[in-house]
Amino acid sequence: MDNFTVGIVVFPGSNCDRDVSWALEGCLDIRTKYLWHESSDLSDVDAIVLPGGFSYGDYLRCGAIARFSPLINALDDFVKSGKRVLGICNGFQILTESGFLPGALVANKNLNFICDDVELDIVSSKGGWFNNRDEKQTINLPIAHGEGRYHCDSDTLKKLVDNELIALKYKINPNGSSFDIAGITNEQGNVLGLMPHPERACDEAIGGTDGLFTLKSLILK
Amino acid sequence: MDQFAVKVFVRLRPSVLDPAGEATKSASIKLGAEGIKSLRIGKMIEVKIEANGENEVREKIDLLCVRLFANTVIEDYEYSLEKL
Repeated sequence: MDNFTVGIVVFPGSNCDRDVSWALEGCLDIRTKYLWHESSDLSDVDAIVLPGGFSYGDYLRCGAIARFSPLINALDDFVKSGKRVLGICNGFQILTESGFLPGALVANKNLNFICDDVELDIVSSKGGWFNNRDEKQTINLPIAHGEGRYHCDSDTLKKLVDNELIALKYKINPNGSSFDIAGITNEQGNVLGLMPHPERACDEAIGGTDGLFTLKSLILK
Repeated sequence: MDQFAVKVFVRLRPSVLDPAGEATKSASIKLGAEGIKSLRIGKMIEVKIEANGENEVREKIDLLCVRLFANTVIEDYEYSLEKL
């Protein structure tokens, strides 16, 4: 697909980086490049994925240490330039900890690590991350997290609702998230964070292809 | 330069549900402890730090608390310090 390259950030403890690469390269023919968290040169990538895992062992709080890496520091200019950034699971936690997205992700209400497939409502078309040409479309994606309960204060929640920043909501709330939130975007729409794993739903052979659209939308300008 | 021992307490804000605290409360009651009205779990971070006086320590610790130790979206912090 031309020379469009998606950078996949690798932190110590990332464990979905290879899955994202497999889904992008193998299923969508999109070129990828691994970016070690200590590099701050983002000049040869056109979009970035912060993959799932347990960056820095989730020490202190999930995503709290990762936000201090040189790469995350360089991400500010990348985001401001309008390029697209997708944070999946731990990547979503890093995006909230580093202030690219509002709110925080805290321990699941039932304290269980939840590994399941969930039904999700596509709420907003902001950023074109989801295929919601039909009103209220539902997709199925896997989740796997212990700290996925989205939390924010009421002012932030109002802002999310008013500005259509809520991208995905759980049909049946598995973790106690405020307002059933599973994924949000920034105001520009070029940053998406979500707890479900689209890269694990890119092939019929492993249980569905509802994640393809979101990964493919990384190449949108 | 003086040396200070700082104890930082990081707690979930009262408005944030603490499921680990709830589970521990429930286990405490099962253990036979009576009268527990509330139980919430936080973190305590001990720091030894050098600085020129108390004001400079507070400046440094405030920065650490806001930027690293606590996520002020969900947590509050307070600390005590002692000159060594």
